[in-house]
Amino acid sequence: MQLNFNSPKPIYLQMVDETKKALVRGELAPGDKIPSLKERAQMSNVNPNTVQRAYQEMEREGLTETLRGQGTFIKNDPALLLHIRSEMAQTAVLHFIEEMRGLGIEAQEIERILRDQLSKEKKEG
Amino acid sequence: MSTEVTENMIELSGVQKRYLLKAALTGIDLQIKKGSIVGLLGPNGSGKSTLLKILAGLIHPTSGAIRIAGRAPDASHKKQIAYLPEIDHLYGWMTVDETLRFIAGFYDDWQADKAAELLMTMDLDGRQKVRNLSKGMRARLKLIAALSRNVPLVLLDEPFSGIDPSSRAKIIRSIVSEFQTGEQTIILSTHSVSESEPMFDEVIFLHHGSVKLFDTADNLRSSYGCSLENIWEKVYA
Repeated sequence: MQLNFNSPKPIYLQMVDETKKALVRGELAPGDKIPSLKERAQMSNVNPNTVQRAYQEMEREGLTETLRGQGTFIKNDPALLLHIRSEMAQTAVLHFIEEMRGLGIEAQEIERILRDQLSKEKKEG
Repeated sequence: MSTEVTENMIELSGVQKRYLLKAALTGIDLQIKKGSIVGLLGPNGSGKSTLLKILAGLIHPTSGAIRIAGRAPDASHKKQIAYLPEIDHLYGWMTVDETLRFIAGFYDDWQADKAAELLMTMDLDGRQKVRNLSKGMRARLKLIAALSRNVPLVLLDEPFSGIDPSSRAKIIRSIVSEFQTGEQTIILSTHSVSESEPMFDEVIFLHHGSVKLFDTADNLRSSYGCSLENIWEKVYA
């Protein structure tokens, strides 16, 4: 778990992203129990108020659900994983395009560079 | 009284402190919300310890008004405040256990079970004499003394100064895990910004006895576009 305190992105949103990434990578599965607020705070040494905000945000986004007396779980919803996966892919692509545009590279060239790189990687196997 | 007033654990307006000719605090206005962990940052001589001592009721401001939990401070406030001084205030001839029993005698809110638990997590041997403890061990013992009390306001003056990294990590872990969310307010002064950064809700940067910056850690990071540690470099450059 790596939080970046130099990023303008608030820590609680970075914690939400971590959970999403773990889900997309398969380290967490729908229906899995996630650490309690207190456990998570201790693991990361992060302020419990910040962790609480992260947990509230995950619940608000429909990523998790809290069962009274049992803890917090990743929502057992197969569509959720697909949704988060495409959402994160979208974010990554937007970021990539933004970087390329920042270098003054236009759409056609971006496409070409991307295609070339992918086919090169494919050959290298 | 409106609810907003009681939401603030601490309210300071125009607080000044002069030691003879030297001005330690030159006019502090602060409102600290209940339930947060606040980092009090600043170079040596910026007024951190003076401010904490004023909040602890150990010294009086030269001028200005203070309200703690909505009331002007008096002797009864000591029951609501745990204060960890920067100086070494423990007796060398006592053992660790004796020290904790001795301190427990002063406070009705002392939690003996918590002290015992912290003794374990902080890796201290209760039978050892205080004079034989390393500096890092004494720092941990001081922290146990402060965190074993059940109080709404905890003031920690430089809990990490001169402490090795592994002791620091233990101390930070204990502060985070013992923090009673929503009920407690912790104010902690330090130079070790990078390690303590994750635990701060709000941060005060002091400079020459006045508040240079005061905001939530998230807001400061997003407006400066960098970590508190790097903000420090910019503020005190």
